[in-house]
Amino acid sequence: MSGNEKQDTAEQSTFRAYCKDWLEKNHPGEPPVNLPLGALELSDIDALEWLQAWQKSAYEAGLIGCDYPKEYGGGALDDCQHIANQEMQRYKTPYLPNIIGMGMAAPTILFHGQEDIKKELLPKLLSGEEIWCQGFSEPGAGSDLANQQTTAVRDGDNWIINGHKIWTSLAHFAKWMILLCRTDKADKYNGLSYFVVPIKEAIGKGVTVKPLIKMTGETGFNEVIFDNLLVNDKYRLDEVGAGWKVAMTTLVHERGAGLVVTPASGGMEPKEDQGAQTQSVRALIDLAKKMPRNGKTAADDPLIRDELIKMMIRYEGFIQNQRRSRITELTDHPMRIPLQTKLVGTEMAQDLQKISYDIEGPASSLYVGDKNAPAKGQWPLAYMNSFGVTIAAGTNEVQRNILGERVLGLPKSK
Amino acid sequence: MEKQPKNFGFGEEEAMVKSSARKFFSDNCPIEKIHSQVANQEKNSSPGNGNWDRRLWEKMVEMGWPSLNVAESSGGVGMPLCAAVAIAEEAGRAAVPSPLIPTFCSSFVLNQCPGQAAEEALNQITQGTAVSLGITNSKGSSDPSQTETEIKGNKLYGATYYVQDAQKAEKIIVSAKGSSGTGLYLLDTQSKGVQIIPDLIVDLTRDQAHIIFDGAPCIELAKQTDGAAALSAALPAMLTIVSADMVGAGEWLLQTTAEYAKTRVQFDHPIGFFQAIKHPLVNVMIEIDKAKSLTYNAACSIDFKEDSAEVNARMAKAQASEMAVFSASRAVQFHGGIGFTWECFVHIFFKRQMHNQVLYGDAKHHRRILSDLCIGQIN
Ligand SMILES: Cc1cc2nc3c(=O)[nH]c(=O)nc-3n(C[C@H](O)[C@H](O)[C@H](O)COP(=O)(O)OP(=O)(O)OC[C@H]3O[C@@H](n4cnc5c(N)ncnc54)[C@H](O)[C@@H]3O)c2cc1C
Repeated sequence: MSGNEKQDTAEQSTFRAYCKDWLEKNHPGEPPVNLPLGALELSDIDALEWLQAWQKSAYEAGLIGCDYPKEYGGGALDDCQHIANQEMQRYKTPYLPNIIGMGMAAPTILFHGQEDIKKELLPKLLSGEEIWCQGFSEPGAGSDLANQQTTAVRDGDNWIINGHKIWTSLAHFAKWMILLCRTDKADKYNGLSYFVVPIKEAIGKGVTVKPLIKMTGETGFNEVIFDNLLVNDKYRLDEVGAGWKVAMTTLVHERGAGLVVTPASGGMEPKEDQGAQTQSVRALIDLAKKMPRNGKTAADDPLIRDELIKMMIRYEGFIQNQRRSRITELTDHPMRIPLQTKLVGTEMAQDLQKISYDIEGPASSLYVGDKNAPAKGQWPLAYMNSFGVTIAAGTNEVQRNILGERVLGLPKSK
Repeated sequence: MEKQPKNFGFGEEEAMVKSSARKFFSDNCPIEKIHSQVANQEKNSSPGNGNWDRRLWEKMVEMGWPSLNVAESSGGVGMPLCAAVAIAEEAGRAAVPSPLIPTFCSSFVLNQCPGQAAEEALNQITQGTAVSLGITNSKGSSDPSQTETEIKGNKLYGATYYVQDAQKAEKIIVSAKGSSGTGLYLLDTQSKGVQIIPDLIVDLTRDQAHIIFDGAPCIELAKQTDGAAALSAALPAMLTIVSADMVGAGEWLLQTTAEYAKTRVQFDHPIGFFQAIKHPLVNVMIEIDKAKSLTYNAACSIDFKEDSAEVNARMAKAQASEMAVFSASRAVQFHGGIGFTWECFVHIFFKRQMHNQVLYGDAKHHRRILSDLCIGQIN
């Protein structure tokens, strides 16, 4: 029994046993198509549909959305999502495709949506049938998110939306978007409102989605242009002018510091012919053991060993921080560790993937698609891709500002 | 032994070479042009994606660049290494795809090979023949004793890996093992028995290949007893040239990011106003400056045949490699979302930096050897 399990409540313990049993029998097996590193890089519909089927089966079994109320499609359990997450990771399952839906839209809708909206939207969100995207960033509003220029103008029961969103991950598959926009030009922060928008049905009728290409050569995010799109007022969350407050609920969850635990599976090893996992120290050690170096392997090189162990300590510190942050008495500020999660996690992964260059040497020049590339070129891909997440969800510079200001009480810089 | 000049050897002529190279690249291959040339496809979808402009290389030849460091007796210009370094730095700053860097490296190897064959090859370089090196094995080691190519009856067998700009080169210098050691051999890339297999690489500004030999005809440049010594004598200059490329690319990344930080406004300020941007950018500058001075120093000590040349060149490569990774990473990060796109120019340099930093040994490799050289062997 691991440390985690010893702390389980009776309900959690029963649930954990149930999860194990279900996963034992219902692991989806190997994907029929190549999966990208994560859901944010999904561009192939077959990959998406296979992952949606996985999410749906885990949802129907009660492993996803288990802490959500019954009437919104949840399992009405108490603090059990992290149990399901642990077990889904332990069983090395595929990742869930509707990550923006579950991680950002769902808690926001839960806290700010009207009753019928919650009933309408949450079940299909949690089941993964309806994919969600986040329309926050604009060309002029990145870190300075409140600088929104997309406008919503009231027209009877509807709002007319005009503007330009950018970097919108998964918009090419999304049925819904969470949208932050301006309803009052005179007030930067109090002039914003928040909507859920059915974008898919409006493509070509007020919504244009244009793919953008990442430095890795992959797609996954988009520009979304609104041209007089009509959105019914029932899709507004909270008051007109309360958009910034609502957006904060989204952001705190996006950064892993929210009240609602996001359903998350993962940990599945790619098939041998598709490369390797690139997110753990263990995977990096495996790589080091395979790469030849002066008649031995890179794992025998003291310089590499030191890098690997430093990385291992960082990861362990991160994990133990997550554990400690659950115990109120052991943290002097409730947001101190949660607000570090995104910052520390993404930099740790970036540095992990950077070490792969030290291990691979000249072979790190070989990219995905080259027959001789170690781990099918996944490591240089992962390293480049890691910049996506040190930038997205509030850049790490902005995260440091937030930590300094909110946790340490340093003067506000903006 | 002559005393090293204070100016690293950058006399009037060398300084002129540097400024004319800067002008040449900005006139002929601004980054917009390079981007449309190398990133016109959406991804590195096919091996040997190295698109390049042959005409540009011909112009470089006309300007005499590949001959700069070749002795006048071999038909070259006979300038000090710092002149070639200056050009490599500008080539890195322009991220220009060309066989210039491998041709420089090949000329350094040829300079270490006595005899008629090397003399002729150097002369061909001055005429514009592009040459590359086949000295690395499948495991990434350039140790001459580890070569996976063999010489049997004047013919080459086996393979060589990580050949830079192989598809642009007309000739390759290959290290190959025989009964009495590792010799160096020159061959035509078009010859029978030579199969060039392009690699699919991350860097968009060069091509790379592994080459399989099946009885390829060749000319001996260095005997089996001399090949290893010739390669290790050439190595400091090779490391210096690659370091110079990284210094130039680092400078582009720094200047471009600083420029962006002056113009991109968030929270009513250009983002360079924020110390989270300002301070790390200054740190990038500090790392570039160290790398640049170490590189110039290495070039100068090579020209003056100082005993310290190897140490200096390895220091330059170690520092430049660390700087390359750092400058690339900060440039992407500080450009925000746009820096993560294919459409932005930054990734072109990012990928070139990541390629160069592992070429001919990364920072750790050189520091390991430096510790043996400077601290002493572990007993
Ligand atoms: C892979 C990826 C996926 C994304 N997906 C989505 C999505 O689905 N939906 C969505 O709405 N957005 C998405 N984004 C956008 C993301 O939220 C923004 O890119 C991010 O907020 C930064 O904004 P920006 O790109 O405009 O950079 P800028 O804000 O212009 O930042 C440029 C640089 O300046 C720094 N900076 C800015 N302000 C400060 C400050 N006050 N102090 C210190 N440094 C500062 C930043 O840290 C950064 O390094 C995604 C981005 C990426 C890369």
